[in-house]
Amino acid sequence: MELFFDLLLIFLLVCAVAVSLSKNLLNSIIVYMSFSLIMSVIWILLESPDLAITEAAVGAGVTSILFIITLKKIHAITEDKKKKNEEENHE
Amino acid sequence: MSKRVPKERYEKTRSYRFKQWLAGTKDPFLDNVEMKPQKEIHEPEKLVHEHELQHLQIVEKAYDLEHNAQIRLFQKLYNVFSVIFCLSLVFILLVGVSYLPQYGREDNPVNNEVSARYIEQGLQETGAVNIVTGMILDYRAFDTLGESHVLFLATCTVLILLRKDKKKKQETAEYNDRIYEPKNDVILQTVARVLVPFIEIFGIYVILGGHLGPGGGFSGGAICGAGLILYLNAFGFVKTERFFTGKTYKCMCFGALACYSLAKTYSFFTGANHIESVIPLGTPGAILSSGLILILDICVGFVVAGTMYTFYVMFRKGGY
Repeated sequence: MELFFDLLLIFLLVCAVAVSLSKNLLNSIIVYMSFSLIMSVIWILLESPDLAITEAAVGAGVTSILFIITLKKIHAITEDKKKKNEEENHE
Repeated sequence: MSKRVPKERYEKTRSYRFKQWLAGTKDPFLDNVEMKPQKEIHEPEKLVHEHELQHLQIVEKAYDLEHNAQIRLFQKLYNVFSVIFCLSLVFILLVGVSYLPQYGREDNPVNNEVSARYIEQGLQETGAVNIVTGMILDYRAFDTLGESHVLFLATCTVLILLRKDKKKKQETAEYNDRIYEPKNDVILQTVARVLVPFIEIFGIYVILGGHLGPGGGFSGGAICGAGLILYLNAFGFVKTERFFTGKTYKCMCFGALACYSLAKTYSFFTGANHIESVIPLGTPGAILSSGLILILDICVGFVVAGTMYTFYVMFRKGGY
């Protein structure tokens, strides 16, 4: 169990660094989602299921959905595809 | 809400005069000032082209790193100073942390009679098996009331920032839906049809069982809101607006907040005047127990679920 807990903490650190380092905004949102998920498992291991439920619903669910809609609204997702298409066409 | 006022009466009001003064048509000393609209400047095409060329040249020269020593110096200094700034900030914060009392010591200010009282007498005084809910919604109910109001205020702010004109709204909503949402997606609809009822029931269970086990108004409300968002994604706005519109949200939120405030006012009033509260605490462990906590939980749940859903709608469509 100790090993599992340490592993989760390491995952947490990796996620936190990866969010800030990834260039693609959509990727960083998904990594942020997994951060919240790992965090909710840690809350359960720390014996506070109240917080675990809230973290899973708000952190992993609603917040990331709001982020993704915002990305759509500012055309950050669609433009990426266009750029890729253009690059393929050039090649 | 503004009423239509006849023009003559409107011209006498202070706001009209203020507007005139702001626009510069009226001066308090010179009276009416004649305003002439500025003529549009017409540049010949040759000149425009020349200006553009000049602009390009200026940009090229200004950002030419190889030949411009000043910019190179600035960039180096910028990097150095940013690192220095970050390090000094870290240093200041670390010094601040070092003044905090040591973690887990006996004589810390955290370890006072309050937490001991909560743990020892929480069950008898609040009737909630889950001490956390007892604390949040009984001892510290005033904080939770503030929290619910913060959520409501946040929705109002999002509404102010993201709401669109009624005329523009319909076009853009259709446009957005068609481009970004796969309409009548079979997989999504089937999954939603199976999952949404369970999610909603689980959310209601978490809200209602807040004083018996882990959960409470906030987490249950968030689950309910997430279920509603899933339903909306699968079936579109037409189906959800049959039962949940902006008016529903306003009524729901107002009702829940007013109910919370009234319930808490009653308990504060009786507590401050040393009157016995009429509401029975019930047997700990039963669903109808622990006095007002169940009602407060339901109120918070309504506010949170509505807020989550409204946030989503505002972000996607900009209004109901």
